[in-house]
Amino acid sequence: MSIFVGKDTRLVVQGITGRDGSFHTKQMIAYGTKVVAGVTPGKGGQTFEGTVPVFNTVADAVKATGANTSVIYVPARFAADAVFEAADAGVRLVVCISEGVPVLDMTRVMPFLREKGVRLIGPNCPGIISPGHAKVGIIPGQICIPGPVGLVSRSGTLTYEVVYQLTRAGIGQTTCVGIGGDPIIGTNFIDCLEAFQADPATKAIVVMGEIGGTDEQNAAAYVKEKVKKPVVGFIAGQTAPPGRRMGHAGAIISGSSGTAAEKIAAFEAAGIAVMKRPKDVVELVKARL
Amino acid sequence: MNLHEYQARELLRRAGVPVPPGEVATTPAEAKAAAERLGNGKVVVKAQVHAGGRGKAGGVKLADTPDQAADVAGRILGMKIKGLTVEKVLVAPAAQIASEAYVGVIVDRASQSPVMMVSPAGGIDIEEVAAKTPEKIFRLKVDARYGLLPHQAMGLAFKLYSDVALVRQAADVLQKLYRAFVDAGASLAEINPLVVTPKGEVVALDAKVVVDDNELERKPAIEALRDVKAENPFEVQAREASLTYIKLDGNVGCVVNGAGLAMATMDLVKFYGGEPANFLDIGGSSNPEKVVAALRIITADPNVKAILFNIFGGITRCDDVANGIVAATRQFAVKVPIVIRLTGTNEQEAVRILEGVGLKAMTDMDQAVQKAVEVVKGGAAA
Repeated sequence: MSIFVGKDTRLVVQGITGRDGSFHTKQMIAYGTKVVAGVTPGKGGQTFEGTVPVFNTVADAVKATGANTSVIYVPARFAADAVFEAADAGVRLVVCISEGVPVLDMTRVMPFLREKGVRLIGPNCPGIISPGHAKVGIIPGQICIPGPVGLVSRSGTLTYEVVYQLTRAGIGQTTCVGIGGDPIIGTNFIDCLEAFQADPATKAIVVMGEIGGTDEQNAAAYVKEKVKKPVVGFIAGQTAPPGRRMGHAGAIISGSSGTAAEKIAAFEAAGIAVMKRPKDVVELVKARL
Repeated sequence: MNLHEYQARELLRRAGVPVPPGEVATTPAEAKAAAERLGNGKVVVKAQVHAGGRGKAGGVKLADTPDQAADVAGRILGMKIKGLTVEKVLVAPAAQIASEAYVGVIVDRASQSPVMMVSPAGGIDIEEVAAKTPEKIFRLKVDARYGLLPHQAMGLAFKLYSDVALVRQAADVLQKLYRAFVDAGASLAEINPLVVTPKGEVVALDAKVVVDDNELERKPAIEALRDVKAENPFEVQAREASLTYIKLDGNVGCVVNGAGLAMATMDLVKFYGGEPANFLDIGGSSNPEKVVAALRIITADPNVKAILFNIFGGITRCDDVANGIVAATRQFAVKVPIVIRLTGTNEQEAVRILEGVGLKAMTDMDQAVQKAVEVVKGGAAA
């Protein structure tokens, strides 16, 4: 089992003929993801790599192929419109990889998605992988193996680091979700915790947080109240200075809120086992499986 | 990106918000001339730096005459506020004030919307008001698809004033402020204080605008307002090379791909008893030139005693990073030891490239960080 993507995922790639889109589409196909369509305006009627039909619009792609999930690799300034288009075309899940999406664009996207009942993962995220079933995004497939751990993270390469540690120790994953490092994102920790709690194959959950905002504190409160499975956590940015954006637009300590210390305390108070180093994930998860 | 007060005032003035006149001066003579042009009356001289608490730091002073304005400007220009040198001052007429309010709009993470905030307790730090008298702040979540509607603006303005003539003026300011916020691609726009003059006019005395960096590509007119002199020169150099660099006070220079891993690497340096010299994210799909730029910036920091690379190859190819390290060492002398950890995409090729110039690479993050910390403490050679 898995969450959000799996065997039933039928994927349409927005920006399939672009540099990033074409590279990662090949990787997703090689991993076994059912990539049923691509979209690039003006290239409708072509075929990508001889197998994937390309359409001018997402609506055409959904109508012709029954795509139920979209992944977006378009430049940031076009990303919000790409999300609107996907949601309007009827897909149920949109994964937006694009980095640098203006936050005001997201303030217009989110109420629309809520009304449509469409889930967005990202933007500015590495995507999602359910090892052995499907990968949507850019997480390297070879560092994951199927198994009992559900992982959710705000970052990209830090996710890889932790997944790799687990995989090397023989601990596999149901699903790994990179929710993204922006201030406004479609899917947050709580959405993933809820899904992992409901997924019978997931036996333990890893939450990788960082400085900025209050999502980790909210996640901790949710874990305390609703999550019956063991949870292991990490907070990046203990050495980050206040008031500076640490790469991710969302990773800013403002005033006294959003600090690593505050988040670690919230995790501990909720019974989440907190890693001191990324490699600690192995021992902490092993002890709880 | 932060705008200076004078830039924010100009932005609001163009949006139709009533803003008193004011001029920017970079020398005492210019400040004197500005005070004369403003009518020879009492003026306020304000430091233009990207730092809060200017008043407390002595960066805001009153002057009764143009000569006094020159004198005051001479004291403020060149002053350091929170480590930033004051290069410019704003000279504006000292306003007569009947009452002070706060109005602002931010992008709120929790509600995923713009939120308008108003408070009749203006003139002081709004965070202080929020902490001490939260009942004096009124918030309204705005549906960004429709913007701030007239009746919403009126409703908020009634929280500030009871006289309907003032309410109408304030509501108009709120709508124009909201529009300026959207047009600038801001994540924050505020007026503090919004004052009522003895004549019964509602006027913006101070303005603050922070622009979302992700908007700058599509808003060249806003990008053109960037004051490079007011920023750390290495951070400017990094931005021009598409890197994210933030200088810290330690001595272990860090070069990492990805912001989360970069923060985790800094934390691990600290965990093993060292101090990180910087945050540096070379980003995804890095080409060798970015690595050269990164090394150039880090080696320019005299505190740096060792450089730690932590690369988890995904989109970033390890061989690109290795080629960048080799190219950098050919272009300029890297006098401090380099400790390299890389794993993932094209790791084998990277190891071969590095071995070709006598550099070793590790695959384990903890081992590499420990090694870098040992090196700065003088315990081991890289």
